[in-house]
Amino acid sequence: MTVTVHNLEKIVNSALTTSVKKSEINLNQLFIEVDIENLISVILFLKTNEKCKFKQLIDITAVDYPQNEKRFKLIYLFLSLENNLRIIVNINIDEKIVVPSLTKIFSSSNWMEREVFDMYGISFKDHPDLRRILTDYGFKGFPLRKDFPLTGHNEVRYSEDKKKVVYESVKLDQEYRDFNFESPWEGTKYIKKETEKIKSSDDKKN
Amino acid sequence: MIKKTKTMNLNFGPQHPAAHGVLRLILELDGEVVEKIDPHIGLLHRGTEKLIEHKTYTQAIPYFDRLDYVSPMNQEHAFALAVEKLLAIEVPIRGQYIRVLFCEIGRILSHLLNITTQALDVGALTPSLWGFEERETLMTFYERVSGSRLHANYFRPGGVHKDLPRGLTDDIFSFCNNFPKILDDLETLLTDNRIFKQRNVDIGIVTQQEALDFSFSGVMLRGSGVSWDLRKSQPYECYKDFNFKIPIGKNGDCYDRYLCRMEEMRVSVKIIKECIKKMPPGPVKSIDGKIIPPKKDDIKKSMEALIHHFKLFSEGYRVPKGEIYTAVEAPKGEFGVYLIADGSNKPYKCKIRAPGFSHLQAMDYLLKGHMLADVPAVLGSLDIVFGEVDR
Repeated sequence: MTVTVHNLEKIVNSALTTSVKKSEINLNQLFIEVDIENLISVILFLKTNEKCKFKQLIDITAVDYPQNEKRFKLIYLFLSLENNLRIIVNINIDEKIVVPSLTKIFSSSNWMEREVFDMYGISFKDHPDLRRILTDYGFKGFPLRKDFPLTGHNEVRYSEDKKKVVYESVKLDQEYRDFNFESPWEGTKYIKKETEKIKSSDDKKN
Repeated sequence: MIKKTKTMNLNFGPQHPAAHGVLRLILELDGEVVEKIDPHIGLLHRGTEKLIEHKTYTQAIPYFDRLDYVSPMNQEHAFALAVEKLLAIEVPIRGQYIRVLFCEIGRILSHLLNITTQALDVGALTPSLWGFEERETLMTFYERVSGSRLHANYFRPGGVHKDLPRGLTDDIFSFCNNFPKILDDLETLLTDNRIFKQRNVDIGIVTQQEALDFSFSGVMLRGSGVSWDLRKSQPYECYKDFNFKIPIGKNGDCYDRYLCRMEEMRVSVKIIKECIKKMPPGPVKSIDGKIIPPKKDDIKKSMEALIHHFKLFSEGYRVPKGEIYTAVEAPKGEFGVYLIADGSNKPYKCKIRAPGFSHLQAMDYLLKGHMLADVPAVLGSLDIVFGEVDR
């Protein structure tokens, strides 16, 4: 039996009635939102259930919405090779929450969680080795948060006087300029219709 | 008397010819046997994802060339697909064929580099000299179509930047006729070579279960016997028009992965040939003037085209609100882009899923109990490029 995204939504919703807060299909992808308490049980279900079999964790990432009360949205992407399906699991958390780690369920989540920790400062409970991964040794701050400046805080250069590499705070001869060219004009919708017209006339010619 | 043994810590890299870039490994050795590996990555971290959040969609594409810099167009492809899906625009069929053509060229580029440098790591110098000559030819195709050998910036949301220059398909076709001969030559050097086999057979074995658990993709997964290729299983672009087979391995060791890559290059050659034969005429990019820049010719004649050109290269186009994950079968595995658009002209977030990242994290598991000399062999067969691992 081939499971489609719509079937999958039904299966997930009926099996995990209380755990799934919201489910929606968008651009042919299934997004489900769960509470942090249910995260592990939902993921275990998705991994083991006969009709789901999401045996591969593709990636973990987070998004920062500083204006929201629950600032971060954690995103887990899963892939099922047997059923050829993907599912995206979301949880919303605020800054201080510690998220349960998936390292016991998926070995690959180790570095992925380290990356999320490095980039957003989200901590994971029971993670065996929660260190920074991509940034420099001794780096401070969380670069992918929206309040982290694009230029960063420190720069590195080789100092001829001290004969070693030195860290200095960023000095720019010119302030970083973030050009915002966005116009308030919303644009038109007629372009689509025009292209369709051209297309249909082309078809006639052929 | 009990002898006390102490493990030795060895620092490998960050600058080491067998590290394939800037990788630092902290090895814990018991004699010559590896007990633990702690890879330190991020030495090439450039903050690509942060930079993309501050650039328009058009300006974001060149960053993808700089991820896996041995097969740039495959990376651009994932991003272009993501933006196209959010915008709900379609690529004309000729544009799709050109994309497939260059994706497969990218695959050959990447596999050639990987196989020859892996051979170099285990002691064979000649393959790299032969292989790089072919890579140079392939890169001239890149250059002829996009103006640069490496950082192409050729795939754009909506199609490709320009149509193929005259005579290019003929040259690619004649390359495809000669190339299998070169592959045969390479195989005579490696496939039955005693030293090459001794260094690769039964080294770095991955079982199917572990391959799934460690989120392996691409050749790393197929080498272990899992028949999974996104070009086949979740066909994007016009891959379903092509008839091709996916080579899979049996034992999941370095040698099987080498064989898979070798065979994949032959498959790619076939796809390229088929692609050139079937290449339909027509436009190469969508004709939606609000997203695709107008032709240079039109800019000189038409006021509207001039305005479009100016707006597209200053403000850029806006992408409707939405979230999307698109993945392509890059030479190294599943390369994905998770794009969140907020309705403005810049991405709100663009997470890049690099296959090498998951592959490298399995180093500890793959090499526990192996000899120190196997470290470069396994590293070579993982197909690591630091541009994409560190982003």
